[in-house]
Amino acid sequence: MAKLIKNQQIIDDTWQVLALDAEADAAGVTVPAGQWLVPLAVWQAQPALAARGDVAPLLDGADDPAALADQLATLPLVAVNFPKFVDGRGYSIATLLRSRYGYTGELRAVGDVLRDQFNAYFRCGFDALSPAAGKYTDAQLEAALASLADFTEPYQASIAHRDPLFRRHHRSAA
Amino acid sequence: MYRYDAYDQKLVDERVAQFTNQTERYLAGELSEDEYRPLRLQNGVYIQKHAPMLRIAVPYGNLRADQVRKLAHIARTYDKGYGHFSTRQNMQFNWPRLETIPTILGELATVQMHAIQTSGNCIRNVTSDPFAGVAADERVDPRPWCEILRQWSTFHPEFAFLPRKFKIAVNGAADDRAVIRAHDIGLELVTNAAGELGFRVFVGGGLGRTPIIGQEISTFVAWPHLLTYCEAILRVYNRFGRRDNMYKARIKILVKALGAEAFRDQVEAEWAHLKDGPATLTQAEVDRIAACFVDPDYAALPATDAGYTAALAENKPFAAWAKRNVRAHKQPGFASVVLSLKKTGIAPGDITDGQLDTVADFADRFSFGEVRVTHEQNVVLADVRQSDLFALWQAARDAGLATPNIGLLTDIVCCPGGDFCNLANAKSIPIAESVQRRFDDLDYLHDIGELELNISGCMNACGHHHVGHIGILGVDKNNEEWYQITIGGRQGNDASLGKVIGPSFAAADVPDVIETLINTYIAHRHEDELFIDTVHRIGVEPFKQAVYGDKTPAQRKVANG
Ligand code: HEM
Ligand code: SF4
Repeated sequence: MAKLIKNQQIIDDTWQVLALDAEADAAGVTVPAGQWLVPLAVWQAQPALAARGDVAPLLDGADDPAALADQLATLPLVAVNFPKFVDGRGYSIATLLRSRYGYTGELRAVGDVLRDQFNAYFRCGFDALSPAAGKYTDAQLEAALASLADFTEPYQASIAHRDPLFRRHHRSAA
Repeated sequence: MYRYDAYDQKLVDERVAQFTNQTERYLAGELSEDEYRPLRLQNGVYIQKHAPMLRIAVPYGNLRADQVRKLAHIARTYDKGYGHFSTRQNMQFNWPRLETIPTILGELATVQMHAIQTSGNCIRNVTSDPFAGVAADERVDPRPWCEILRQWSTFHPEFAFLPRKFKIAVNGAADDRAVIRAHDIGLELVTNAAGELGFRVFVGGGLGRTPIIGQEISTFVAWPHLLTYCEAILRVYNRFGRRDNMYKARIKILVKALGAEAFRDQVEAEWAHLKDGPATLTQAEVDRIAACFVDPDYAALPATDAGYTAALAENKPFAAWAKRNVRAHKQPGFASVVLSLKKTGIAPGDITDGQLDTVADFADRFSFGEVRVTHEQNVVLADVRQSDLFALWQAARDAGLATPNIGLLTDIVCCPGGDFCNLANAKSIPIAESVQRRFDDLDYLHDIGELELNISGCMNACGHHHVGHIGILGVDKNNEEWYQITIGGRQGNDASLGKVIGPSFAAADVPDVIETLINTYIAHRHEDELFIDTVHRIGVEPFKQAVYGDKTPAQRKVANG
């Protein structure tokens, strides 16, 4: 079973991503029983999914997080897709969900999620990281937890650090 | 200069540990080539023709003597005894072994240096005026603001994987010496009618294959809001910049596609949420950083030193050097000195380990222990007593650092080109040398006057050819190296892009063409008129005529033109 890093612990991942190919009809596609992350288009086309409790929206880089603004208070899980780790749009989406739209539930990074970006994910407000199944051995994933803390006192304000360094700590004149 | 506190040091140390681990995992086969590449690039490591190339950050061009000595040590120990100062005020080493790079970074960290974000699709080294703090035309010292931006942009978690590289430049003087309008964000320090300090903001400038001059999107952003405003720009770019085509991914393409006004509206809409938030700068933080950039302890000196004046009168070579390489200083009795890295036969910007040590010694002896790097690839001692200039000149001459050509035709800006760079269409260093050899008469050079000649080995424009008064661009035609020539580009307040004069030339013809351009200028110039001003007054046509005669140019299609 795929693994998930949740709140700095490794646990089993019980959710799956529902892939939708380009021609598929977002309104018509069936979301089977089980826990599914579904593309925003499906989520929006099938409002009934919200009541199921085992389906959550998966945002892509081009999606506007504002689309979920009205629902965020009740959503237990939102996922953001990183098609490639070098596509950094998800960091802005996460930041907006947590700051502008006040989302407090689980925020999960899925896709090409690599340990060298764990610290940036964490600081942008992701509390759940889902590397691709098989990407890391258990031992590698265990070692990768250290990367969450690659930078312990970053300069900037971010989701993880409400204030920038210059407001968090007294910095004496050099 | 800025000095690290424990927080700065810890971040740099953590980066060394992180990159060491990444490189170990790469060498052990745990990280794929594709996974490692962006990581090493964000640490300034390219894989080039001969070996990895390591680009070390010189924040806004400022170095202390101990840091210069460390660069000398690295050149000697891990490279072939020399390094290269780039047009972005950084230092590049061309020959280190990948396995040694973590060790080099560890050594750099001991002198508060690093290679963080010197490449990759992130916010790069902030660049600025090499005469910051000493120039007579300065309104506000840009260095504290550069440092504030450096800290904000270093390991910014949201902006580590932008669509493309992102460069910020800051200018605080009447004359723009930081080419701010050729940057993704250009910031000009200004005061408004109420006397408050703030920034005029340009976005979307850049050279490369689509050269564009940046456009103003705000006439005034008050200083407390500098970071939130930049954050708004970066967020709009990060979300909406193109990622489907790397050649269209710079912010300039987004700004052009939306139009500057629509882009500004998006930035302002985003900023409305960020303004006055926690990232708003505090007076205390600005003061803390500005305290690192106060004037050194200048002695009270007469405005002109009698010994200096006498030496100028007696010694012609010294006077020729002083005329070009010594600049006026705001403080009476002081001057700024440009050490030329443009000696004929040496690749522009190259400096040996021994010269680096010498420069460090000069800094200690003559200039309060500090050095600056210019984007024209020379080195500045900003605070020299006039009474020391003669001794400095003698020592600099012995070290090969006193070529009296600053601002002249032979002070060529030049990228590494085909000798080192995988992306090159053509060599650039030998072209620089051939032009320097042709114009080896100092009196003639001085008569030609100020003229900026910039050379890039391909359209990526690392040598800033678009903004050279004369620009030379390496192009590839049927696997042969050719050179396209532009005239009329310039940096500064009236930054403009050069115009192509016609079909390109073989390497051997370049010096002749340059000579023809110069002769045309001399034939047309008004008294005291610079080359660039003559070009703008009479246009490109007379130059074209002189170079191509009746052979109507532009018949042949110019590769990459
Ligand atoms: C040898 C390895 C190098 C490689 C592979 C390289 C690659 C590139 C590329 C691909 C671009 C175009 C980016 C774009 O338009 O989006 C570029 C631009 C640039 N590079 Fe380099 N470069 C190298 C060395 C240098 C050096 C040595 C300098 C300084 C002398 C330099 C300074 C610049 C500058 C100033 C630009 C300006 C273009 C802009 O910002 O629009 N690069 N480089
Ligand atoms: S301009 Fe081209 S040849 Fe020169 S360094 Fe840049 S990428 Fe290489």
